[in-house]
Amino acid sequence: MTDYKWQSEVIDEVAKFSETYIRPFAKQFEEEKAIPTSLIKAMAEKGYLGASLPIKYGGLGLDAVHYGLFTEEIGKGCSSVRSLLTVHTSLVSETLLRWGNENQKNDWLPLFATGKKIACFCLTEPEVGTDANSVKTQYKKVENGYVLKGQKKWITFGDIADVFLVIAECDGSVTAFLVEREFIGVSTSPINGLLAAKAAHIAEVYLDNVFVPESNVIGKPGSGFSYIVSTALDHGRYSIAWAGIAIAQAALEEMVTYSRTRSQFGKKIYNFQLIQAKIADAMTNIQAGRSLCLRAGELRKEKNDESIIMTTIAKYFSSKIAMEITIDAVQVFGGNGCCNVYPVERLFREAKILEIIEGTSQVLQEIISRHGLRKYYRPTSKVSSILSKYQLITENSI
Amino acid sequence: MTNMETKITIKKLNSYIKDNLTVMDDDIDIAVDDNIFQKGYVNSLFAMKLLNYIETEFGVEFDDDDIDLRNFSTITNMHSLIKSKKAAQIQ
Repeated sequence: MTDYKWQSEVIDEVAKFSETYIRPFAKQFEEEKAIPTSLIKAMAEKGYLGASLPIKYGGLGLDAVHYGLFTEEIGKGCSSVRSLLTVHTSLVSETLLRWGNENQKNDWLPLFATGKKIACFCLTEPEVGTDANSVKTQYKKVENGYVLKGQKKWITFGDIADVFLVIAECDGSVTAFLVEREFIGVSTSPINGLLAAKAAHIAEVYLDNVFVPESNVIGKPGSGFSYIVSTALDHGRYSIAWAGIAIAQAALEEMVTYSRTRSQFGKKIYNFQLIQAKIADAMTNIQAGRSLCLRAGELRKEKNDESIIMTTIAKYFSSKIAMEITIDAVQVFGGNGCCNVYPVERLFREAKILEIIEGTSQVLQEIISRHGLRKYYRPTSKVSSILSKYQLITENSI
Repeated sequence: MTNMETKITIKKLNSYIKDNLTVMDDDIDIAVDDNIFQKGYVNSLFAMKLLNYIETEFGVEFDDDDIDLRNFSTITNMHSLIKSKKAAQIQ
């Protein structure tokens, strides 16, 4: 079997898995504020928690494009379940794969791929969100290791994770550490009252003078922001880009199904052109968004440096259209769309989260525009030179 | 690495950095020993992009020991790192 065929079969299989074991229970997970351990175990047994990791570490070995398609299938089922992949697989495992040393990779990646250990990413703090370079969690060097002190907030899967990839600071130097739950001084508490991601075990993580051995430093001390955080957020953005497509696609399916079953004024509401316009716009935007995600995936496969900006564009666009399409889906459902009996109410709330996490839309707009300001600039001297050449050719022709 | 290869490497790095400047000034000359981060020519978000570019353009691979911003802060340092990586490949 070719590599491509094998990967496509994984996508078909995960689509069925998500339709059977995840999507019908998304509301229940939210109400119970937890993803059942049995589901995490089932996903781990199928290798889903290491979907993008190499086979030698126990992963499925999906390339970037197929991992994206994989993320979409899980995300269509439930955003909280998809967020497990975002933090555990994309943010932590893929970053460790890139920057961990051989011992760290051999020790941790098989545990992550098989779900024996669940990992989460600890960057944000009560006072630090978008300005990630200003983390206040402190570390200091001691004999054979480091001591960490601080508090992390909004940590997805923080309440059940076994391992925390913690970003901390010391005299302006930012470093990444793998902190294990059993280390003395580590504690977590769940955050309640959330708009969405209610089953994603979002928590605060407290580090009270936690000793971390030198062997648990990821990358070089001081490389935490420019390389570890950048790598993690790049993987996270790619995951969220596909998460946006997943929510948008799920909302489209709900919208189409409802419009074909709901009758008003004596006919099914899909007959109304204004409903058709919403369906058409949703389809067009989803196709456009998926194309951006696929392009980002191809560039990632090639390890092309343009993949970073393309991933940023894909994340910005897909989170935006997920919001727009879920707003339209609620509108098509009318009063029913405002009630949690129907999935569009949840999809609408989940979409909002995507415009905030892994870089707010506003920060991403700034990054994208700065890229454009460089890439599409035509210095006057160059334009004049082209014009004079053209003039010369024209004059000679005459 | 021959003198010609060195010249080409430096030229490519200079051109790539110029294409990715954070500042929008038209006429910036980057000296080989200019610290591109300290001088504000680029920001830390550029660090990963630069690393990816060097890996693909020059056919080298960096590991966790290499990810020190100092290695990528001047064209001279980048060139030295590329040179040592290339030499290691031959061995």
